[in-house]
Amino acid sequence: MKLARVVRQVVATQKPEAYRGVKTFMVKPLALDGREDKATFVAVDRVQAGVGDLVLIMQEGSSARHMFNNQQATMRTVIVGIVDHVEIER
Amino acid sequence: MIPGKVIGRLVASHATPAFKGVKFLLVQPMDENGADLGAAVVACDAIGANVSERVFMAQGREATILLPDTFNCADMTVIAIIDEVTP
Repeated sequence: MKLARVVRQVVATQKPEAYRGVKTFMVKPLALDGREDKATFVAVDRVQAGVGDLVLIMQEGSSARHMFNNQQATMRTVIVGIVDHVEIER
Repeated sequence: MIPGKVIGRLVASHATPAFKGVKFLLVQPMDENGADLGAAVVACDAIGANVSERVFMAQGREATILLPDTFNCADMTVIAIIDEVTP
């Protein structure tokens, strides 16, 4: 799983059936110093996240299919938590 | 899933039989502002996307699920057309 920032909401009408009724967002993984990675992913929301939130993302297709109880779900990146704070000691 | 822009089509008349009836698109991955991100990729089309449309793609095992033969060897498939991205 990765720490990421929600940066945009993505709206699509033509999309797979498994995506009905779920929100999709663009997320950018963060380095530990808080800088955003260059990579940008589209993620499905499971926790009522919003733009600007610091979140936990999971990137594993099999787990995503289990989570949505749908073996035909073409999903991999899922927002699975909203992060309150992070403590780094070193 | 990865956001991108469709920049072209690709035809491979001699491909693995599992790709029968599958269209290939050239897609340039993009960031949240629509700027290019890395190299363009070849992706299968599961939704009927056209050139210049913004889309998002499924990677890996998920790329095969929406194609006619789900035991094909695709690793990138366009699965949705983006209408709008919030500012």
